[in-house]
Amino acid sequence: MSSAHTKTEHGHSTDHNYLNHGSGIWSWMTTLDHKRIGLMYFATVSTLFLIGGFFALGIRLHLAKFGATPLLEPDTYNKFMTFHGAIMVFMVIIPGIPAFLGNFILPIQLGAKDVAFPRLNLGSYYIFIAGAAIAASSMIFNQVDTGWTFYTPYSTAKTSNGVILLVLGAFTMGFSSILTGLNFIVTTHKLRAPGMTMDRIPLMIWALYSTSIIQILATPILAITLLLIGAEKTLGVGIFDPDLGGDPVLFQHFFWFYSHPAVYIMILPAMGVISELITAFSKKTIFGYRAIAYSSVAIAAVSFLVWGHHMFVSGQSTLAGIIFSIITMFVGVPTAIKLFNWISTMYRGTVTFEAPMLFALGFMFLFTIGGLTGVFLASTGMDVHFHDTYFVVAHFHYVMVGGTLMALMGGIFYWFPKMFGRMTSDLGGRISWVLIFTGFNVTFFPQFILGAMGMPRRYFDYLPEYTNLNQISTVGSWLIGLGFVVALITMIHGILKGEKAPDNPWGAKTLEWQTSSPPPHENFINTPTVTAGPYDFR
Amino acid sequence: MSWSSLIPATSFMPIQATEIAKEVDLLYAFLIIASLVSFVILIGGMTWFLIKFKRTSLDQKSAYITHNNFAEFLWSFIPLIIMMGIFYWGMVIFEKLRTPPEDIAAEIHVTAEQWAWTYRYANGKEFYSSANDPMIVPAGKATKLILTSKDVIHSFYVPAFRTKQDAVPGKLTQLWFEPKQPGEYIVFCTEYCGTKHSGMMIKIKAVPSEEYAAWYHAEKKGEDSPADLGKTLFAQKACASCHSVDGSRIVGPTMKGLFGSGRKFADGSQSKADENYLRESILVSSAKIVEGYPPAMPVFQGQLSDEDVANLIEYIKSIK
Repeated sequence: MSSAHTKTEHGHSTDHNYLNHGSGIWSWMTTLDHKRIGLMYFATVSTLFLIGGFFALGIRLHLAKFGATPLLEPDTYNKFMTFHGAIMVFMVIIPGIPAFLGNFILPIQLGAKDVAFPRLNLGSYYIFIAGAAIAASSMIFNQVDTGWTFYTPYSTAKTSNGVILLVLGAFTMGFSSILTGLNFIVTTHKLRAPGMTMDRIPLMIWALYSTSIIQILATPILAITLLLIGAEKTLGVGIFDPDLGGDPVLFQHFFWFYSHPAVYIMILPAMGVISELITAFSKKTIFGYRAIAYSSVAIAAVSFLVWGHHMFVSGQSTLAGIIFSIITMFVGVPTAIKLFNWISTMYRGTVTFEAPMLFALGFMFLFTIGGLTGVFLASTGMDVHFHDTYFVVAHFHYVMVGGTLMALMGGIFYWFPKMFGRMTSDLGGRISWVLIFTGFNVTFFPQFILGAMGMPRRYFDYLPEYTNLNQISTVGSWLIGLGFVVALITMIHGILKGEKAPDNPWGAKTLEWQTSSPPPHENFINTPTVTAGPYDFR
Repeated sequence: MSWSSLIPATSFMPIQATEIAKEVDLLYAFLIIASLVSFVILIGGMTWFLIKFKRTSLDQKSAYITHNNFAEFLWSFIPLIIMMGIFYWGMVIFEKLRTPPEDIAAEIHVTAEQWAWTYRYANGKEFYSSANDPMIVPAGKATKLILTSKDVIHSFYVPAFRTKQDAVPGKLTQLWFEPKQPGEYIVFCTEYCGTKHSGMMIKIKAVPSEEYAAWYHAEKKGEDSPADLGKTLFAQKACASCHSVDGSRIVGPTMKGLFGSGRKFADGSQSKADENYLRESILVSSAKIVEGYPPAMPVFQGQLSDEDVANLIEYIKSIK
């Protein structure tokens, strides 16, 4: 593959592909093709992302306090904050990479014709839509102001019944998550191309596989917890209500038993994408394949044992805090392993800097900051000061948003040619990267300082000394917004007018690049046979 | 320590109003230095590779390196050691933050509600929080707060003291601090509690301890101190028919010297009799049966208000 890196390599006939296999809206809505379902998730998640982003910009604009009158009423602010969090977590970051990129890529990377259960896959999509619709209806009726964590007894005793709609929506979307995970696990085990042993599957698959395990094991806990909130609110069962003998902190145990692993549902797939991007744009085989693969599984395993680090000041025992602290520290090790492996992959490679690679490098930068500040919070004595301050806000945005969204954007620009058979403008991608990357740092870095200064999160109003940093942060949020607008324009332009994509524009080695762009309906004309590892750049 | 002064970032922290704040900031400075070093190694290394190994011509070939066991062992093992060190350091501070000293100069019951704090002193002085009524505490001496909430979860956060504790309905939690200097320190609520979450601020005013003593004794007390009210309630509920106050054994354990003593239970477990233990034993006596006594006490859950319970606890504490 000496010409692997060039963009002129000619592909198969693209007369017939999955995009024109059947036409009309009905053929999309009833499709069983994982690629089309992936794209439908893309459209849905992007729309939800714009809504969540609207709330984010509203929050930041309000907190900039330009002018004498506040932009939002306190209750409106609290609702903005709640919808921003709930939409971004449950409807964007969690499904973003697995349901969208995962659905599109996983079967092709495995050399399969589709996922193991195509009908279930389509069903999962509609369950997701139903959940999102139920949750969104709470924006219209009975708006919610609990924050996305729904802490009791505030959520059960002191606020509107809209909570029931929102948790029911999240509950429903949980099923979509579980079923997609199940589908991926079975597909990975059963539908690999001949010769693709488990130690030859791409690292993206390892990441999606580990994620799926978490989805299957943890999501039911969320489902039960959310049902209990509904039961508590409608029937007054008294599981969380102290007046009825319940324990409000019990809810936090339940909630974080799901939601901490969920953090890894968000970040593991991102790590999978990064592994693909780094090796493809370094034109070099990944360093330490096994270490990266197994560290994904290790992170998935440990993720179940650390939920209590959200509760160091909740009144749980000192001993419990200490135990959760030490286990949390263990997560740092497999994470560090991955970072070192990616960097070593670049060593003696031949690196190019197209837009997807820039996003991957941006991920490394932001994720390193997010990871290191996570150590601050894992340390009990330090966390007591930082707990529920802007330091936490900055930390999890660096990890979840800086990390996951950078990876998602990199993944979109990387696989875009495969999805649509057209290239995006590399300049457009780079400009959006500059804006988003700069914007993230301008928005969220000042928040570490605000947190150190003591500004608590979820505050409608704050002390005068926090003003300047908040205003800087708001300006950054506009840069991010602008960056996503540029990205959107670049993508739409690519779909409509982009240069025709070759089969393998990046000279990558995994199977999805060995079929045409866009792929035919069942991915490959002839089932590929695998004879080597996934990144065999010799 | 001199190296910590290298980091101006500690100046982002609020003033160090307690000894523990200094210790926290030392760990903070260490974490910042360690993070900077790690960041430079990781991102600096990455940047160096990117420049050095940038593709310059089309027919360049990459090296074929799959792994290196020794390097991989090192970069797994070294972070592990560092993390364990940070864990231990944080734990030492955490235990100090969570363990009040023996001699407490002021004990205040703090009750949170949407969106205010009430603080009640042992002699019955009571304040419904507002910016006009700071919580007065002695400087240079330890104050202990016993926290609870009437409605939702709130959190009592004093940035200058680097400490924080949730106030949970149906439960008593505690927090202590020892401000070094007289001064005013801001208190935030840090657990989201609804509309006026960000408006739920009070101030702690630390005054010289003589001034505190004068203030504490001078102004009018509440009609009765919590301990007095608790004593009345103790009589009303006929607690004395099973619990002596002079150390003699009747049906249940005596109240004399009970507070702070070690308890051994029928199921073999042990704990110290703190506020939360007393609260649980009053409300649901069957939760922990003291070894050698019958499970005879009625359940008072639902019959006593949080304030009643707090008063009883204060009375029991006073029976030394």
